[in-house]
Amino acid sequence: MKVVVDTDKCVAAGNCVAAAMDVFDQRDEDGIVVLLNEYPPAELAEDVRNAAAICPALAIRIED
Amino acid sequence: MTVPARVLVVGAAASGLATVEALRRKGYAGGITVLGDEPHTPYDRPPLSKQVLSGQWEPARTALRTPEVLAGLDAEFVPGDAAIALDPATRTTRTVRTERGREHRADAIVIATGMRARVLPGQRDLSGVHVLRTLDDALALRQDLLTCARLVVVGEGVLGAEIAATARKLGLDVTMTGPQPAPMALQVGPLVSGLLAELHSEQGVRLRLGIGVVGLTGEHGRVAGVKLASGETLPADAAVVAIGASPATEWLADSGLRLDNGVVCDSRCRAADGIYAVGDVARWHHEGLGRLIRLENRTNATEQAQLVAGAILGEDRPYLPVPYFWTDQYDAKIQVHGMLPIGAEVDVVDGDVSARRFVARYRSDGVVTGVLGWNMPKQARLRRQEVVDAAAAVL
Repeated sequence: MKVVVDTDKCVAAGNCVAAAMDVFDQRDEDGIVVLLNEYPPAELAEDVRNAAAICPALAIRIED
Repeated sequence: MTVPARVLVVGAAASGLATVEALRRKGYAGGITVLGDEPHTPYDRPPLSKQVLSGQWEPARTALRTPEVLAGLDAEFVPGDAAIALDPATRTTRTVRTERGREHRADAIVIATGMRARVLPGQRDLSGVHVLRTLDDALALRQDLLTCARLVVVGEGVLGAEIAATARKLGLDVTMTGPQPAPMALQVGPLVSGLLAELHSEQGVRLRLGIGVVGLTGEHGRVAGVKLASGETLPADAAVVAIGASPATEWLADSGLRLDNGVVCDSRCRAADGIYAVGDVARWHHEGLGRLIRLENRTNATEQAQLVAGAILGEDRPYLPVPYFWTDQYDAKIQVHGMLPIGAEVDVVDGDVSARRFVARYRSDGVVTGVLGWNMPKQARLRRQEVVDAAAAVL
């Protein structure tokens, strides 16, 4: 699984961090998404898919 | 319970689309039909009052998914045809009739019809008066903003405040009016709404707040002003009415479903056997709060869709979200996790109000109910846990 984030679209909600904190973080200054792990392990795949599904800005894309 | 052979989703915006995606993600292989009353493929609403209205985005950029991704969902999308009736009478098959005379049958129905903007009396008879709910609304308002000098925004809620900010940035002479004393006073309380009033004033928006609007005046069929309860008339070349929206449930009048400020649902977002509601239109029993609530925000649309898709497939979980909404006005990014009840006690727990970078915590009877970040998104999200913990202590 490969994760791609679009920092232009990101609205800094942080829902992705709540869903998968080992994969996503936010910048301290403006809350924009920081991708911690572009290739998350299989055991986190479901959390990452959930993060992408609930992102209010559709800023997370998953390439299988 | 058996998995339904066919699911019909009525409503093709964020919550309807998210339900379809969640069904497929959870492995549902049955037939799915999605009915939409607008001609467009599913698009996103939060950018309408900001990026679309300002012209920063082309309208096409609001599309929630590319045509390829939509096709990959293997669902039948039927745009431009509104549902007009739901007949739940038969035990297993439910029927939805549409404006164009079609009948759609399904074993499970998801009501995702959202809301309709409220209007002022006489509004429909005048040109130059807008609402902002759909993409077409946003484009029509933008056309007027490009040619008009004076805009009156009727409504001081989140949408009214965003529109005022966008119009001001486009260089219009903007007046915001409404019954509350400050922008978003009902949503964020006196401290933050006071700061918003300062911000809008600094940016040159004229605030005529704390006064009700009684109507519109027109000349030659076009709006000329907005009449206030004080007797004053605010001159306007264009006006936008952002006084809230009502759940779009008229089409369900004869369905036998309980309608009361939305489609009333149990804690699983079920309105009746095989019938679910999702998004702005759904008023469900929140077990943590012990009452019916309805949320009008973008995040709820997708989050609730995950639960509804699961419920259709036999999962049995109550819907217990921590509500979240955000608004961007000028350089202010405001984010709210949880609830900010009227009269809540507010403390600034991070940052500094005078620097316009802070997190405020809201408590009701000593219990944390919500946090608000002003240009501190990450710090606000970290404080969200206090809302979760306080809610868990109640359950």
